[in-house]
Amino acid sequence: MLAPGAFAFFAPESGGSPNANSIDQLYKITLVIALIIFVAVEGGLVYALVKFRARKGHVAAQIRGNTRLELGWTLGAAVILVVLAVITFVKLPSIMDPPNTTAAGDHLVGESGLLASADLKLPPNGRALRITVTGQQYIWRYTYPGAANPDGLGAPYSYFSMVVPTNTTVVLDLQSLDVVHSWWIPQLGGKFQAIPGYNNYAWFQISKPGIYKGQCAEICGRGHARMIAQVVAVSPTEFDAWIAYQKQSIAVANAHAAAIRAELATKTGAAAVTVP
Amino acid sequence: MATTVAPVPEIVAHEVERPNEGWTSWFTTTDHKKIGIMYMVTTFAFFVLGGVEALMIRLQLSVPDNNLVTPQVYNQLFTMHGTTMIFLFVVPFMAGLGNYFLPLMIGARDMAFPRLNALSYWLLLAGGIVFYASIFWTPPEAGWSSYVPLSSITYSPSGGQDAWIFLIHLTGLSSLLGAINFYATIANMRAPGMSWGRLPLFVWALLTYSVLLIFALPVIAAAVTMLLTDRHFGTHFFDPTNGGSALLWQHLFWFFGHPEVYIMILPGFGVVSEILPVFAHKPIFGYKAIAASTVAIAFLGFLTWAHHMFTTPTPLVVLIFVMLSSFLIAVPTGVKILNWIATLWRGSIEFKTPLVFCAGFIALFLIGGISGVFLAVFPVDWQLNDTYFVVAHIHYVLMGGAVFTIFAAIYYWFPKVTGRMLSEKLGLWSFWWMFIGFNLTFLIQHVMGLDGMPRRVYEYSNTGHLALYNMISTVGAFVLAFGILLTIINVARSLKVGVVAGPDPWKGNTLEWFMTSPPPVNNFDTIPRVRSVEPMKDIRREIERRTSGAPAPSPATVPTGARQIGV
Repeated sequence: MLAPGAFAFFAPESGGSPNANSIDQLYKITLVIALIIFVAVEGGLVYALVKFRARKGHVAAQIRGNTRLELGWTLGAAVILVVLAVITFVKLPSIMDPPNTTAAGDHLVGESGLLASADLKLPPNGRALRITVTGQQYIWRYTYPGAANPDGLGAPYSYFSMVVPTNTTVVLDLQSLDVVHSWWIPQLGGKFQAIPGYNNYAWFQISKPGIYKGQCAEICGRGHARMIAQVVAVSPTEFDAWIAYQKQSIAVANAHAAAIRAELATKTGAAAVTVP
Repeated sequence: MATTVAPVPEIVAHEVERPNEGWTSWFTTTDHKKIGIMYMVTTFAFFVLGGVEALMIRLQLSVPDNNLVTPQVYNQLFTMHGTTMIFLFVVPFMAGLGNYFLPLMIGARDMAFPRLNALSYWLLLAGGIVFYASIFWTPPEAGWSSYVPLSSITYSPSGGQDAWIFLIHLTGLSSLLGAINFYATIANMRAPGMSWGRLPLFVWALLTYSVLLIFALPVIAAAVTMLLTDRHFGTHFFDPTNGGSALLWQHLFWFFGHPEVYIMILPGFGVVSEILPVFAHKPIFGYKAIAASTVAIAFLGFLTWAHHMFTTPTPLVVLIFVMLSSFLIAVPTGVKILNWIATLWRGSIEFKTPLVFCAGFIALFLIGGISGVFLAVFPVDWQLNDTYFVVAHIHYVLMGGAVFTIFAAIYYWFPKVTGRMLSEKLGLWSFWWMFIGFNLTFLIQHVMGLDGMPRRVYEYSNTGHLALYNMISTVGAFVLAFGILLTIINVARSLKVGVVAGPDPWKGNTLEWFMTSPPPVNNFDTIPRVRSVEPMKDIRREIERRTSGAPAPSPATVPTGARQIGV
């Protein structure tokens, strides 16, 4: 019914994740209904203005109302909105419920990100990559599963660029360290606020490898416009390699930092600090 | 027959003070008309300030990666712009219109509490001064909604945020007292015969506006007080690190903030419902439906606040409830639009400036209403929220909506307030510049939002066609500003050289046209008895009957030419 691209100029971004595509479809259905109403009502207005302009010999009809007509259009407006509500309910599961990770997805998905809140909505088979997204002025931090220690510390993490495997359902636990931020990668679905003291939730599943860009959508201070983010989708093999590399780099950096701390401790005489 | 002397009522006045007519009378007056003028002039000055801020915002965004202003100044500009337009222009301008015309329209000699009325005005001015004084230090920069924790002392340490809080307190108190005054005046001081079913629709709108203010303002007053004590007196209402809730602010703010939208637009609806019948020479279509839908909108307006919060962690059942209640409020709003078009239908429409602004309002407000339906569908809102789509939406309802009705009101009632007509020619020019400029500025902003441009960013990179869209929008803003300037010139000119209006230049329907223009200090020598919803039609018919002795013709059969001034 809807030719793809016909509304590209006037529709939200989509194409990265099934939920973004569903929102896009819902938007376009709403747009069709809206355009019909727009043309009918604006048309009626312009017609009335032109047709009933004051002219010689033209007498205004003294009508004070028409109960039937008024009840009719009240009901008509209500019916249109009921239809729109029903369409929304039909589309809702494909927007809100994360699908299963496909066979081509990543094997790491069984591991739990211990930092993530326990009540994240998971796909039916429970297999999803759980990433904790932490907003702070003015950068996003991503914490991946695979913590070195049982207390959850020492998990691999990255800033700005979130690397994810394709064909894998990714669920996000959104948090904030300071002010309210809003996580938004337009092609991967809607935006959700990261509010300090609360956990919010988002999911996506990418089939095409590539870079998906976005930025913080809630005013968070002077650097708000520069709080940008990107999701880099790679194949599951590349992702596993990246996680391993990230773990190793963090371990090396930690060891290096520990050495510096020990050196500082001997220089200043303070007790050495052990960091997990 | 015994002579009886009828008792003659006698009032002996000693040491009557001469009424103050000099310029100091503006400071001491309790006359609702003078206060109304002060409201309108003051708030229009704030409108110009807010407009200049808007132009600076558009200049900064005219090209990608611009650095005309710093991020700090940019954040201050949009915070000042939003706050000014809402708290210092649209809401109090409507209060100014109400102050001037409410007593005249219901046949009262003043407001119920004239001194309280003066206090309302001075509190408003104090709020504006406290707020704008911050430009000499550090203006607030957390947006007009001042979300916590950004507006907390940690992230907004400057006194500008406190100036914002005191602005809300002072203008809030001003509006609250004004609302009580409106309510008391409408409830108690209507002309004999003016039953609820004969109340002018503008007065119905003001009544609803007042009730909304009385319910909504205490909530924001409490919220900003909590913010103030959080900032300075060690409380933790909104501080998540000490058991407070940052989300609580959003609930409190929007519980006020959404009714505030209707507080701004309902009086405008009332203005349109007064003007259309006069220039279509036809009674309003469905008086009861329009009055009832006003009340319905006010009630439903308290159930939809969380649609500003669809992207917060919110249970699904709440999302669905708020989506449906937001849909529901579209019904009475849509009904009004159809009633207005039906009022024009089969009329004999005179294209005077007030009518043209009303027609422009209907066309623009419809677009704002339709884009509102997109935003009510919460999954769609997840994409559109906090983008330029929302910026476009609010400007279609508040600028295309409320501000266009304010301009219609200015052109319609200027003759009553000053005794002189505004130039029709300049008025129509002003309208077309504003209408075209407005659409240039804001229509394209829907597309900017859909293309992923968030609101409140001081810069953007040139992805897609964002540079082109933003340039169109900036050019449009200057076209719009020129249109507004034409009306300012029109007002300034007409004060001196405008055609003398006479008491009833438009052949209006409501009682304010009964008096000279401008009306005398106590409005009515004799308060006429009201026999219908269009008392001036009855009065004109009665005068015609008495002067000619012939049976009164129905107003519709009076040729248009006879409706001109002075006939």
